[in-house]
Amino acid sequence: MSQETAPVESPAAAEHLAITRLRVHLADSIIGAEVSFGQPAITVTPDAILPATVALRDDPVLKYIRLSDICGVDNLKRGITPRFEVIYHFYSFLRNDWVRLKALADERDLVMASIVSEWPAANWFEREIYDMFGIEFSGHPNLTRILMPDDWEGHPLRKDYPIYGEEVDFSVNVGKVQRKEIGYG
Amino acid sequence: MARDLQEARQEQNMILNMGPQHPSTHGVLRLVLELDGEIVVRCDPVIGYLHTGFEKTYEQKNYFQAVTLTDRMDYLCPMINNLCYSLAVEKLLAVEVPPRAVVARVLLSELTRIASHLVWLGTQALELGAMSMFLYTFREREMIMDIFESCSGQRMMTSYFRPGGLAMDLPDGFEEMVSTFLKIFPDRVAEYEDLLTQNRIFKDRTVGVGKLTAEQCLAYGVTGPSLRAAGFQWDIRKSNPYCGYDTYDFNVPVRTNGDVYDRYLVRMDEMRESLKICWQALNRLPSGPYTTSDRKVAFPPRAELGTSMEALIHHFKLATEGYRVPAGEYYQCVESPRGELGYYIIADGSSHPYRLHVRAPSFANLQALGPAAEGGFVADLVATIASLDPVLGETDR
Repeated sequence: MSQETAPVESPAAAEHLAITRLRVHLADSIIGAEVSFGQPAITVTPDAILPATVALRDDPVLKYIRLSDICGVDNLKRGITPRFEVIYHFYSFLRNDWVRLKALADERDLVMASIVSEWPAANWFEREIYDMFGIEFSGHPNLTRILMPDDWEGHPLRKDYPIYGEEVDFSVNVGKVQRKEIGYG
Repeated sequence: MARDLQEARQEQNMILNMGPQHPSTHGVLRLVLELDGEIVVRCDPVIGYLHTGFEKTYEQKNYFQAVTLTDRMDYLCPMINNLCYSLAVEKLLAVEVPPRAVVARVLLSELTRIASHLVWLGTQALELGAMSMFLYTFREREMIMDIFESCSGQRMMTSYFRPGGLAMDLPDGFEEMVSTFLKIFPDRVAEYEDLLTQNRIFKDRTVGVGKLTAEQCLAYGVTGPSLRAAGFQWDIRKSNPYCGYDTYDFNVPVRTNGDVYDRYLVRMDEMRESLKICWQALNRLPSGPYTTSDRKVAFPPRAELGTSMEALIHHFKLATEGYRVPAGEYYQCVESPRGELGYYIIADGSSHPYRLHVRAPSFANLQALGPAAEGGFVADLVATIASLDPVLGETDR
Protein backbone atom coordinates (compact mmCIF):
# COMPACT_ATOMS: atom_id res chain seq x y z
CA MET A 1 0.00 0.00 0.00
CA SER A 2 1.63 3.21 -1.10
CA GLN A 3 -0.63 5.78 0.49
CA GLU A 4 1.12 8.95 1.49
CA THR A 5 -1.51 10.42 3.78
CA ALA A 6 -4.56 9.30 5.69
CA PRO A 7 -7.06 7.08 3.85
CA VAL A 8 -9.46 8.72 1.42
CA GLU A 9 -13.05 7.98 0.52
CA SER A 10 -13.90 4.94 -1.54
CA PRO A 11 -17.12 4.89 -3.60
CA ALA A 12 -18.64 1.96 -1.67
CA ALA A 13 -18.18 3.87 1.57
CA ALA A 14 -20.93 6.32 0.68
CA GLU A 15 -23.52 3.54 0.87
CA HIS A 16 -22.64 1.74 4.08
CA LEU A 17 -25.08 2.55 6.86
CA ALA A 18 -22.49 2.64 9.65
CA ILE A 19 -20.54 5.27 7.73
CA THR A 20 -23.50 7.41 6.70
CA ARG A 21 -24.95 7.37 10.22
CA LEU A 22 -21.65 8.23 11.88
CA ARG A 23 -21.30 11.09 9.43
CA VAL A 24 -24.57 12.49 10.77
CA HIS A 25 -23.27 12.42 14.34
CA LEU A 26 -19.62 13.41 13.90
CA ALA A 27 -19.18 14.90 10.43
CA ASP A 28 -16.17 17.03 11.34
CA SER A 29 -14.17 14.27 12.97
CA ILE A 30 -14.23 11.72 10.17
CA ILE A 31 -11.01 11.74 8.19
CA GLY A 32 -11.65 8.81 5.88
CA ALA A 33 -13.94 5.88 5.28
CA GLU A 34 -13.74 2.80 3.14
CA VAL A 35 -15.34 -0.61 2.73
CA SER A 36 -13.06 -3.55 2.08
CA PHE A 37 -14.47 -7.06 1.63
CA GLY A 38 -17.78 -5.79 2.94
CA GLN A 39 -16.26 -4.55 6.19
CA PRO A 40 -16.58 -0.82 6.85
CA ALA A 41 -13.57 1.04 8.21
CA ILE A 42 -13.86 4.58 9.48
CA THR A 43 -10.90 6.75 10.40
CA VAL A 44 -11.60 9.45 12.96
CA THR A 45 -9.45 12.09 14.59
CA PRO A 46 -7.84 10.81 17.82
CA ASP A 47 -9.80 13.16 20.06
CA ALA A 48 -13.11 11.92 18.64
CA ILE A 49 -12.59 8.25 19.36
CA LEU A 50 -14.71 8.09 22.52
CA PRO A 51 -17.66 10.07 21.05
CA ALA A 52 -17.45 7.91 17.92
CA THR A 53 -17.70 4.65 19.86
CA VAL A 54 -20.61 6.01 21.87
CA ALA A 55 -22.37 7.20 18.70
CA LEU A 56 -21.97 3.78 17.11
CA ARG A 57 -23.35 2.15 20.23
CA ASP A 58 -26.28 4.47 20.89
CA ASP A 59 -27.54 5.00 17.35
CA PRO A 60 -30.87 3.12 17.19
CA VAL A 61 -30.28 1.69 13.72
CA LEU A 62 -26.62 0.70 14.31
CA LYS A 63 -26.31 -0.53 17.92
CA TYR A 64 -22.69 -1.61 17.81
CA ILE A 65 -22.99 -2.58 21.45
CA ARG A 66 -20.16 -5.08 21.80
CA LEU A 67 -16.47 -4.23 21.73
CA SER A 68 -14.86 -7.12 19.96
CA ASP A 69 -11.21 -6.24 19.68
CA ILE A 70 -8.63 -3.46 19.78
CA CYS A 71 -5.22 -3.69 18.20
CA GLY A 72 -2.35 -1.45 17.26
CA VAL A 73 -0.39 -1.12 14.03
CA ASP A 74 2.99 0.45 13.40
CA ASN A 75 2.98 2.01 9.93
CA LEU A 76 6.71 2.69 9.83
CA LYS A 77 7.38 0.40 6.88
CA ARG A 78 4.22 1.30 4.97
CA GLY A 79 5.01 4.96 4.63
CA ILE A 80 1.76 6.23 6.11
CA THR A 81 2.61 9.43 7.92
CA PRO A 82 1.08 9.31 11.36
CA ARG A 83 3.12 6.35 12.42
CA PHE A 84 0.79 4.50 14.77
CA GLU A 85 -2.74 3.36 14.29
CA VAL A 86 -5.19 1.98 16.84
CA ILE A 87 -7.93 -0.16 15.37
CA TYR A 88 -11.18 -0.98 17.14
CA HIS A 89 -13.63 -3.66 16.09
CA PHE A 90 -17.24 -3.37 17.22
CA TYR A 91 -20.01 -5.84 16.65
CA SER A 92 -23.72 -5.15 16.25
CA PHE A 93 -26.21 -7.90 17.04
CA LEU A 94 -28.83 -5.88 15.20
CA ARG A 95 -26.90 -5.59 11.94
CA ASN A 96 -24.89 -8.76 12.42
CA ASP A 97 -21.60 -7.28 11.29
CA TRP A 98 -18.39 -5.71 12.49
CA VAL A 99 -17.30 -2.11 12.05
CA ARG A 100 -13.69 -1.04 12.16
CA LEU A 101 -12.84 2.27 13.75
CA LYS A 102 -9.36 3.65 13.30
CA ALA A 103 -7.45 6.45 14.94
CA LEU A 104 -4.00 7.57 13.88
CA ALA A 105 -1.49 8.59 16.52
CA ASP A 106 1.53 10.71 15.79
CA GLU A 107 4.91 9.53 16.99
CA ARG A 108 5.68 12.80 18.78
CA ASP A 109 2.49 12.74 20.84
CA LEU A 110 1.62 9.15 21.63
CA VAL A 111 -1.41 9.75 23.80
CA MET A 112 -4.91 8.55 22.97
CA ALA A 113 -8.14 8.86 24.90
CA SER A 114 -8.97 5.68 26.78
CA ILE A 115 -12.43 4.22 26.18
CA VAL A 116 -12.45 2.06 29.33
CA SER A 117 -14.94 4.40 31.02
CA GLU A 118 -17.58 3.37 28.47
CA TRP A 119 -16.25 -0.06 27.51
CA PRO A 120 -14.85 -2.16 30.39
CA ALA A 121 -13.67 -4.77 27.88
CA ALA A 122 -11.15 -2.26 26.50
CA ASN A 123 -9.10 -2.44 29.70
CA TRP A 124 -6.71 -5.27 28.80
CA PHE A 125 -6.68 -4.51 25.09
CA GLU A 126 -5.44 -0.97 25.76
CA ARG A 127 -2.84 -2.28 28.18
CA GLU A 128 -1.62 -4.66 25.51
CA ILE A 129 -1.24 -1.84 22.99
CA TYR A 130 0.57 0.27 25.58
CA ASP A 131 2.87 -2.69 26.23
CA MET A 132 3.50 -3.57 22.60
CA PHE A 133 3.58 -0.13 20.95
CA GLY A 134 4.07 2.39 23.75
CA ILE A 135 0.86 4.28 23.03
CA GLU A 136 -0.49 5.82 26.20
CA PHE A 137 -4.20 5.90 26.94
CA SER A 138 -5.19 8.88 29.05
CA GLY A 139 -7.85 8.05 31.62
CA HIS A 140 -7.03 4.36 31.78
CA PRO A 141 -7.44 3.09 35.36
CA ASN A 142 -4.34 0.87 35.42
CA LEU A 143 -2.04 1.43 32.47
CA THR A 144 0.79 -1.01 33.12
CA ARG A 145 2.51 -3.64 31.03
CA ILE A 146 0.42 -6.75 30.62
CA LEU A 147 2.35 -9.33 28.61
CA MET A 148 5.98 -8.24 29.00
CA PRO A 149 7.72 -8.07 32.41
CA ASP A 150 7.19 -4.81 34.29
CA ASP A 151 10.83 -3.73 33.92
CA TRP A 152 11.04 -4.43 30.19
CA GLU A 153 12.53 -1.74 27.99
CA GLY A 154 11.11 -1.06 24.55
CA HIS A 155 7.93 -2.04 22.79
CA PRO A 156 8.25 -5.32 20.89
CA LEU A 157 5.67 -4.92 18.13
CA ARG A 158 7.17 -1.71 16.82
CA LYS A 159 8.68 -2.28 13.40
CA ASP A 160 12.08 -0.94 14.48
CA TYR A 161 12.28 -3.34 17.42
CA PRO A 162 14.82 -6.07 16.65
CA ILE A 163 13.68 -9.69 16.51
CA TYR A 164 16.77 -10.99 18.24
CA GLY A 165 17.09 -8.29 20.88
CA GLU A 166 18.84 -10.17 23.63
CA GLU A 167 22.60 -10.55 23.42
CA VAL A 168 23.72 -14.14 23.84
CA ASP A 169 27.07 -15.49 25.01
CA PHE A 170 29.31 -16.78 22.21
CA SER A 171 33.04 -17.35 21.92
CA VAL A 172 33.38 -13.94 20.20
CA ASN A 173 31.89 -11.94 23.07
CA VAL A 174 32.64 -14.11 26.07
CA GLY A 175 32.48 -12.15 29.30
CA LYS A 176 31.15 -9.05 27.55
CA VAL A 177 27.44 -9.76 27.71
CA GLN A 178 25.81 -7.62 30.35
CA ARG A 179 23.33 -9.40 32.56
CA LYS A 180 20.30 -7.56 33.80
CA GLU A 181 18.82 -8.04 37.22
CA ILE A 182 15.35 -9.47 36.86
CA GLY A 183 12.85 -8.36 39.46
CA TYR A 184 10.11 -10.55 40.79
CA GLY A 185 7.65 -7.76 41.58
CA MET B 1 -18.08 -0.13 68.08
CA ALA B 2 -19.51 -2.13 65.24
CA ARG B 3 -17.83 0.26 62.84
CA ASP B 4 -14.47 -0.18 64.58
CA LEU B 5 -14.83 -3.91 64.28
CA GLN B 6 -15.69 -3.51 60.64
CA GLU B 7 -12.59 -1.43 60.06
CA ALA B 8 -10.44 -3.81 62.03
CA ARG B 9 -11.68 -6.63 59.86
CA GLN B 10 -10.97 -4.61 56.76
CA GLU B 11 -7.38 -4.17 57.86
CA GLN B 12 -6.98 -7.89 58.20
CA ASN B 13 -7.61 -8.50 54.52
CA MET B 14 -4.91 -10.76 53.25
CA ILE B 15 -3.21 -10.49 49.89
CA LEU B 16 -2.57 -13.93 48.48
CA ASN B 17 -0.74 -14.88 45.33
CA MET B 18 -2.32 -17.79 43.56
CA GLY B 19 -0.07 -19.11 40.86
CA PRO B 20 1.65 -18.83 38.44
CA GLN B 21 2.71 -22.32 39.48
CA HIS B 22 -0.55 -23.76 40.67
CA PRO B 23 -1.97 -26.97 39.29
CA SER B 24 -5.50 -25.69 38.90
CA THR B 25 -4.81 -22.46 37.05
CA HIS B 26 -4.68 -24.12 33.63
CA GLY B 27 -1.25 -23.13 32.50
CA VAL B 28 0.56 -20.23 34.06
CA LEU B 29 -2.03 -17.81 35.30
CA ARG B 30 -1.33 -15.77 38.39
CA LEU B 31 -4.10 -14.32 40.50
CA VAL B 32 -3.56 -11.64 43.10
CA LEU B 33 -6.32 -12.20 45.61
CA GLU B 34 -7.47 -9.95 48.41
CA LEU B 35 -9.15 -12.18 50.95
CA ASP B 36 -11.42 -11.37 53.84
CA GLY B 37 -11.24 -14.67 55.61
CA GLU B 38 -12.37 -17.12 52.99
CA ILE B 39 -14.20 -14.55 50.88
CA VAL B 40 -12.55 -13.15 47.77
CA VAL B 41 -12.78 -9.37 47.95
CA ARG B 42 -10.74 -8.63 44.87
CA CYS B 43 -9.26 -10.86 42.21
CA ASP B 44 -6.73 -9.47 39.73
CA PRO B 45 -5.54 -11.87 37.05
CA VAL B 46 -1.90 -11.32 36.04
CA ILE B 47 -1.07 -12.75 32.65
CA GLY B 48 1.93 -12.76 30.35
CA TYR B 49 3.87 -15.68 31.77
CA LEU B 50 3.40 -17.59 28.52
CA HIS B 51 4.10 -14.66 26.22
CA THR B 52 6.13 -15.87 23.29
CA GLY B 53 5.65 -13.04 20.82
CA PHE B 54 3.52 -14.87 18.27
CA GLU B 55 2.30 -11.66 16.67
CA LYS B 56 5.88 -10.50 16.14
CA THR B 57 6.85 -13.90 14.75
CA TYR B 58 3.99 -13.83 12.24
CA GLU B 59 5.54 -10.77 10.65
CA GLN B 60 8.75 -12.72 10.00
CA LYS B 61 7.08 -15.77 8.42
CA ASN B 62 5.51 -16.01 5.02
CA TYR B 63 1.84 -16.89 4.78
CA PHE B 64 2.60 -20.53 4.18
CA GLN B 65 4.87 -20.89 7.20
CA ALA B 66 2.55 -18.91 9.45
CA VAL B 67 -0.01 -21.74 9.54
CA THR B 68 2.24 -23.64 11.92
CA LEU B 69 2.07 -20.79 14.42
CA THR B 70 -1.72 -20.68 14.51
CA ASP B 71 -2.19 -24.06 16.18
CA ARG B 72 0.45 -23.38 18.80
CA MET B 73 -1.49 -20.52 20.35
CA ASP B 74 -4.63 -22.30 21.41
CA TYR B 75 -3.18 -25.77 21.65
CA LEU B 76 -6.51 -27.29 22.60
CA CYS B 77 -8.23 -26.34 19.37
CA PRO B 78 -5.56 -26.39 16.67
CA MET B 79 -7.87 -27.07 13.73
CA ILE B 80 -10.17 -24.13 14.44
CA ASN B 81 -7.18 -21.79 14.62
CA ASN B 82 -5.92 -23.19 11.33
CA LEU B 83 -9.37 -22.66 9.90
CA CYS B 84 -9.75 -19.04 10.96
CA TYR B 85 -6.34 -18.11 9.61
CA SER B 86 -6.92 -19.95 6.34
CA LEU B 87 -10.31 -18.32 5.82
CA ALA B 88 -8.81 -14.87 6.30
CA VAL B 89 -5.94 -15.48 3.88
CA GLU B 90 -8.29 -17.09 1.33
CA LYS B 91 -10.50 -14.02 1.48
CA LEU B 92 -7.55 -11.74 0.77
CA LEU B 93 -6.30 -14.03 -2.01
CA ALA B 94 -9.80 -14.63 -3.46
CA VAL B 95 -9.13 -18.37 -3.68
CA GLU B 96 -11.89 -20.94 -4.03
CA VAL B 97 -11.75 -23.94 -1.74
CA PRO B 98 -13.01 -27.25 -3.19
CA PRO B 99 -16.13 -28.75 -1.57
CA ARG B 100 -14.34 -31.80 -0.14
CA ALA B 101 -12.00 -29.54 1.80
CA VAL B 102 -14.87 -27.37 3.07
CA VAL B 103 -16.82 -30.35 4.42
CA ALA B 104 -13.70 -31.95 5.90
CA ARG B 105 -12.94 -28.65 7.62
CA VAL B 106 -16.37 -28.56 9.24
CA LEU B 107 -16.09 -32.19 10.33
CA LEU B 108 -12.63 -31.79 11.83
CA SER B 109 -13.49 -28.45 13.44
CA GLU B 110 -16.39 -30.04 15.27
CA LEU B 111 -14.20 -32.94 16.38
CA THR B 112 -11.77 -30.32 17.66
CA ARG B 113 -14.58 -28.65 19.58
CA ILE B 114 -15.47 -31.99 21.19
CA ALA B 115 -11.81 -32.67 22.03
CA SER B 116 -11.43 -29.22 23.58
CA HIS B 117 -14.62 -29.59 25.60
CA LEU B 118 -13.39 -32.99 26.80
CA VAL B 119 -10.25 -31.42 28.23
CA TRP B 120 -12.38 -28.76 29.85
CA LEU B 121 -14.77 -31.36 31.31
CA GLY B 122 -11.94 -33.47 32.68
CA THR B 123 -10.23 -30.51 34.33
CA GLN B 124 -13.46 -28.96 35.58
CA ALA B 125 -14.31 -32.21 37.37
CA LEU B 126 -10.72 -32.71 38.52
CA GLU B 127 -10.76 -29.27 40.10
CA LEU B 128 -13.67 -30.37 42.25
CA GLY B 129 -12.09 -33.66 43.22
CA ALA B 130 -13.76 -35.97 40.70
CA MET B 131 -10.59 -37.49 39.41
CA SER B 132 -11.99 -40.45 37.48
CA MET B 133 -13.79 -38.08 35.10
CA PHE B 134 -10.46 -36.85 33.80
CA LEU B 135 -9.46 -40.41 32.90
CA TYR B 136 -12.77 -41.03 31.12
CA THR B 137 -12.64 -37.88 29.05
CA PHE B 138 -9.03 -38.43 28.04
CA ARG B 139 -9.96 -41.92 26.89
CA GLU B 140 -12.36 -40.42 24.32
CA ARG B 141 -10.07 -37.53 23.51
CA GLU B 142 -7.44 -40.06 22.56
CA MET B 143 -9.72 -41.38 19.83
CA ILE B 144 -10.01 -37.90 18.35
CA MET B 145 -6.25 -37.41 18.63
CA ASP B 146 -5.81 -40.65 16.68
CA ILE B 147 -8.07 -39.31 13.93
CA PHE B 148 -6.00 -36.09 13.81
CA GLU B 149 -2.80 -38.06 13.70
CA SER B 150 -3.99 -40.18 10.80
CA CYS B 151 -4.98 -37.01 8.88
CA SER B 152 -2.05 -34.75 9.51
CA GLY B 153 0.65 -36.86 11.14
CA GLN B 154 0.35 -34.83 14.33
CA ARG B 155 -1.87 -35.23 17.35
CA MET B 156 -1.98 -31.63 18.45
CA MET B 157 0.00 -29.27 16.22
CA THR B 158 -1.87 -30.34 13.13
CA SER B 159 -1.40 -27.43 10.68
CA TYR B 160 -3.80 -29.42 8.53
CA PHE B 161 -5.93 -26.64 7.06
CA ARG B 162 -3.88 -24.48 4.74
CA PRO B 163 -4.97 -21.48 2.71
CA GLY B 164 -6.53 -23.14 -0.34
CA GLY B 165 -7.72 -26.35 1.25
CA LEU B 166 -6.11 -29.14 3.21
CA ALA B 167 -2.45 -30.07 3.55
CA MET B 168 -3.07 -33.56 2.15
CA ASP B 169 -6.03 -35.74 1.36
CA LEU B 170 -8.00 -37.49 4.09
CA PRO B 171 -6.40 -40.87 4.78
CA ASP B 172 -7.79 -44.27 3.86
CA GLY B 173 -10.19 -45.53 6.47
CA PHE B 174 -10.96 -42.00 7.69
CA GLU B 175 -14.72 -42.45 7.40
CA GLU B 176 -14.63 -45.68 9.44
CA MET B 177 -12.48 -44.12 12.14
CA VAL B 178 -14.79 -41.14 12.49
CA SER B 179 -18.00 -43.16 12.40
CA THR B 180 -16.64 -45.55 15.04
CA PHE B 181 -16.03 -42.58 17.30
CA LEU B 182 -19.37 -40.96 16.50
CA LYS B 183 -21.23 -44.19 17.31
CA ILE B 184 -19.49 -44.66 20.65
CA PHE B 185 -19.58 -41.08 21.81
CA PRO B 186 -23.31 -40.53 22.67
CA ASP B 187 -23.13 -43.31 25.26
CA ARG B 188 -19.98 -41.81 26.69
CA VAL B 189 -21.60 -38.38 27.06
CA ALA B 190 -24.47 -40.09 28.85
CA GLU B 191 -21.90 -41.74 31.10
CA TYR B 192 -20.36 -38.36 31.99
CA GLU B 193 -23.79 -36.94 32.69
CA ASP B 194 -24.62 -39.91 34.94
CA LEU B 195 -21.54 -39.16 36.97
CA LEU B 196 -21.91 -35.41 37.28
CA THR B 197 -25.21 -33.80 36.30
CA GLN B 198 -27.22 -34.90 39.34
CA ASN B 199 -24.19 -35.50 41.55
CA ARG B 200 -24.93 -33.75 44.83
CA ILE B 201 -21.35 -32.74 45.58
CA PHE B 202 -20.83 -31.47 42.06
CA LYS B 203 -24.03 -29.40 42.20
CA ASP B 204 -23.16 -28.03 45.64
CA ARG B 205 -19.85 -26.82 44.31
CA THR B 206 -21.15 -25.35 41.04
CA VAL B 207 -24.76 -24.10 41.29
CA GLY B 208 -24.78 -20.36 41.94
CA VAL B 209 -20.96 -20.16 41.85
CA GLY B 210 -19.03 -17.74 39.67
CA LYS B 211 -22.08 -15.97 38.32
CA LEU B 212 -21.89 -13.61 35.37
CA THR B 213 -24.94 -11.87 33.96
CA ALA B 214 -25.40 -11.38 30.22
CA GLU B 215 -24.80 -7.64 30.66
CA GLN B 216 -21.50 -8.31 32.44
CA CYS B 217 -20.48 -10.77 29.73
CA LEU B 218 -21.15 -8.23 26.98
CA ALA B 219 -19.41 -5.45 28.90
CA TYR B 220 -16.25 -7.49 29.47
CA GLY B 221 -16.18 -9.05 26.02
CA VAL B 222 -17.00 -12.60 27.16
CA THR B 223 -18.11 -14.84 24.30
CA GLY B 224 -18.74 -18.50 23.68
CA PRO B 225 -20.30 -20.96 26.14
CA SER B 226 -19.91 -18.55 29.08
CA LEU B 227 -22.04 -15.95 27.28
CA ARG B 228 -24.63 -18.53 26.25
CA ALA B 229 -24.83 -19.87 29.82
CA ALA B 230 -25.88 -16.38 30.87
CA GLY B 231 -28.89 -16.53 28.59
CA PHE B 232 -27.53 -14.72 25.54
CA GLN B 233 -27.81 -16.87 22.46
CA TRP B 234 -25.03 -15.85 20.10
CA ASP B 235 -22.95 -18.22 18.06
CA ILE B 236 -20.91 -17.08 15.06
CA ARG B 237 -21.68 -20.35 13.28
CA LYS B 238 -25.33 -19.20 13.21
CA SER B 239 -25.04 -15.42 13.03
CA ASN B 240 -22.23 -15.14 10.47
CA PRO B 241 -21.92 -18.63 8.95
CA TYR B 242 -18.65 -19.68 7.36
CA CYS B 243 -17.79 -22.99 5.63
CA GLY B 244 -21.49 -23.50 4.92
CA TYR B 245 -22.51 -23.89 8.57
CA ASP B 246 -25.91 -22.49 7.58
CA THR B 247 -26.61 -25.70 5.66
CA TYR B 248 -26.17 -27.90 8.75
CA ASP B 249 -28.98 -28.61 11.16
CA PHE B 250 -27.93 -27.91 14.75
CA ASN B 251 -29.07 -25.94 17.76
CA VAL B 252 -27.25 -23.42 19.91
CA PRO B 253 -27.67 -24.51 23.53
CA VAL B 254 -28.46 -21.73 25.95
CA ARG B 255 -29.05 -21.54 29.73
CA THR B 256 -30.07 -18.67 31.92
CA ASN B 257 -28.29 -18.67 35.29
CA GLY B 258 -24.77 -17.84 34.15
CA ASP B 259 -23.12 -19.90 36.88
CA VAL B 260 -20.54 -22.67 36.70
CA TYR B 261 -23.22 -25.35 36.56
CA ASP B 262 -24.96 -23.75 33.58
CA ARG B 263 -21.68 -23.40 31.72
CA TYR B 264 -21.24 -27.10 32.33
CA LEU B 265 -24.70 -27.87 30.92
CA VAL B 266 -24.15 -25.65 27.87
CA ARG B 267 -20.88 -27.37 26.98
CA MET B 268 -22.37 -30.84 27.47
CA ASP B 269 -25.17 -29.93 25.06
CA GLU B 270 -22.67 -28.40 22.66
CA MET B 271 -20.83 -31.71 22.44
CA ARG B 272 -24.07 -33.40 21.38
CA GLU B 273 -24.77 -30.67 18.81
CA SER B 274 -21.24 -31.01 17.44
CA LEU B 275 -21.88 -34.71 17.11
CA LYS B 276 -24.94 -33.95 14.95
CA ILE B 277 -22.87 -31.71 12.70
CA CYS B 278 -20.18 -34.39 12.42
CA TRP B 279 -22.71 -36.97 11.24
CA GLN B 280 -24.13 -34.60 8.63
CA ALA B 281 -20.66 -33.68 7.40
CA LEU B 282 -19.57 -37.29 7.24
CA ASN B 283 -22.64 -38.24 5.22
CA ARG B 284 -22.16 -35.50 2.68
CA LEU B 285 -18.35 -35.70 2.39
CA PRO B 286 -17.81 -35.48 -1.37
CA SER B 287 -14.94 -36.91 -3.33
CA GLY B 288 -12.73 -34.68 -5.41
CA PRO B 289 -9.68 -32.50 -4.95
CA TYR B 290 -8.66 -31.64 -1.39
CA THR B 291 -7.00 -28.36 -2.19
CA THR B 292 -7.29 -25.58 -4.71
CA SER B 293 -5.93 -26.12 -8.21
CA ASP B 294 -4.43 -22.62 -8.12
CA ARG B 295 -0.73 -23.41 -8.45
CA LYS B 296 0.18 -19.97 -7.16
CA VAL B 297 -1.15 -20.96 -3.75
CA ALA B 298 -1.04 -24.74 -3.35
CA PHE B 299 1.84 -27.06 -4.03
CA PRO B 300 1.63 -29.14 -7.25
CA PRO B 301 1.11 -32.89 -6.74
CA ARG B 302 4.32 -34.85 -6.19
CA ALA B 303 3.80 -36.89 -9.38
CA GLU B 304 3.87 -33.79 -11.58
CA LEU B 305 7.30 -32.67 -10.38
CA GLY B 306 9.09 -35.34 -12.41
CA THR B 307 7.44 -34.43 -15.71
CA SER B 308 6.40 -30.79 -15.64
CA MET B 309 8.87 -27.92 -15.69
CA GLU B 310 6.10 -25.54 -14.73
CA ALA B 311 5.18 -27.58 -11.67
CA LEU B 312 8.82 -27.51 -10.62
CA ILE B 313 8.94 -23.73 -10.94
CA HIS B 314 5.75 -23.32 -8.91
CA HIS B 315 7.08 -25.67 -6.27
CA PHE B 316 10.33 -23.74 -6.08
CA LYS B 317 8.54 -20.40 -5.84
CA LEU B 318 6.22 -21.60 -3.11
CA ALA B 319 8.94 -23.28 -1.10
CA THR B 320 11.30 -20.32 -1.21
CA GLU B 321 9.38 -17.06 -1.38
CA GLY B 322 5.82 -18.24 -0.72
CA TYR B 323 2.84 -16.59 -2.33
CA ARG B 324 2.16 -12.89 -2.35
CA VAL B 325 -1.10 -11.68 -0.88
CA PRO B 326 -2.58 -8.53 -2.41
CA ALA B 327 -2.71 -5.46 -0.18
CA GLY B 328 -5.77 -5.23 1.96
CA GLU B 329 -7.09 -5.97 5.39
CA TYR B 330 -9.64 -8.41 6.69
CA TYR B 331 -11.06 -9.44 10.03
CA GLN B 332 -12.19 -13.06 10.02
CA CYS B 333 -13.75 -14.66 13.03
CA VAL B 334 -15.01 -18.11 13.83
CA GLU B 335 -16.66 -19.75 16.83
CA SER B 336 -13.91 -21.44 18.79
CA PRO B 337 -14.75 -23.64 21.82
CA ARG B 338 -13.98 -20.58 23.91
CA GLY B 339 -15.83 -17.94 21.92
CA GLU B 340 -15.08 -15.42 19.22
CA LEU B 341 -11.71 -16.22 17.70
CA GLY B 342 -10.64 -13.50 15.27
CA TYR B 343 -7.72 -13.08 12.93
CA TYR B 344 -7.13 -9.55 11.70
CA ILE B 345 -4.64 -9.54 8.85
CA ILE B 346 -3.14 -6.48 7.22
CA ALA B 347 -1.44 -7.46 3.96
CA ASP B 348 0.89 -5.09 2.13
CA GLY B 349 1.28 -7.06 -1.09
CA SER B 350 4.34 -9.01 -0.01
CA SER B 351 4.62 -12.65 0.99
CA HIS B 352 4.64 -11.85 4.70
CA PRO B 353 1.76 -10.46 6.75
CA TYR B 354 2.40 -6.80 7.53
CA ARG B 355 0.48 -7.18 10.77
CA LEU B 356 -1.45 -10.10 12.11
CA HIS B 357 -3.47 -9.63 15.25
CA VAL B 358 -5.30 -12.45 16.96
CA ARG B 359 -8.42 -11.69 18.92
CA ALA B 360 -8.05 -14.47 21.45
CA PRO B 361 -11.31 -15.40 23.19
CA SER B 362 -9.51 -16.44 26.41
CA PHE B 363 -7.88 -13.00 26.65
CA ALA B 364 -11.25 -11.26 26.77
CA ASN B 365 -12.94 -13.97 28.85
CA LEU B 366 -10.30 -13.79 31.57
CA GLN B 367 -11.07 -10.12 32.12
CA ALA B 368 -14.38 -11.24 33.57
CA LEU B 369 -12.76 -13.58 36.10
CA GLY B 370 -12.54 -10.76 38.66
CA PRO B 371 -16.27 -9.92 38.61
CA ALA B 372 -17.16 -13.62 38.55
CA ALA B 373 -14.98 -14.52 41.52
CA GLU B 374 -15.48 -11.51 43.77
CA GLY B 375 -17.78 -12.20 46.68
CA GLY B 376 -17.34 -15.94 46.45
CA PHE B 377 -15.25 -18.39 48.42
CA VAL B 378 -11.62 -18.86 47.56
CA ALA B 379 -12.27 -22.60 47.31
CA ASP B 380 -14.84 -21.95 44.57
CA LEU B 381 -12.36 -19.89 42.61
CA VAL B 382 -10.80 -22.94 40.98
CA ALA B 383 -14.24 -24.02 39.75
CA THR B 384 -14.83 -20.56 38.31
CA ILE B 385 -11.48 -20.50 36.51
CA ALA B 386 -12.12 -23.92 35.02
CA SER B 387 -15.61 -22.94 33.88
CA LEU B 388 -14.26 -20.00 31.87
CA ASP B 389 -11.95 -22.54 30.19
CA PRO B 390 -8.97 -20.25 29.58
CA VAL B 391 -6.04 -21.40 27.49
CA LEU B 392 -3.04 -19.35 28.49
CA GLY B 393 -1.21 -20.05 25.27
CA GLU B 394 -3.65 -17.93 23.33
CA THR B 395 -4.19 -15.43 26.14
CA ASP B 396 -0.53 -14.47 26.25
CA ARG B 397 0.32 -15.25 22.61
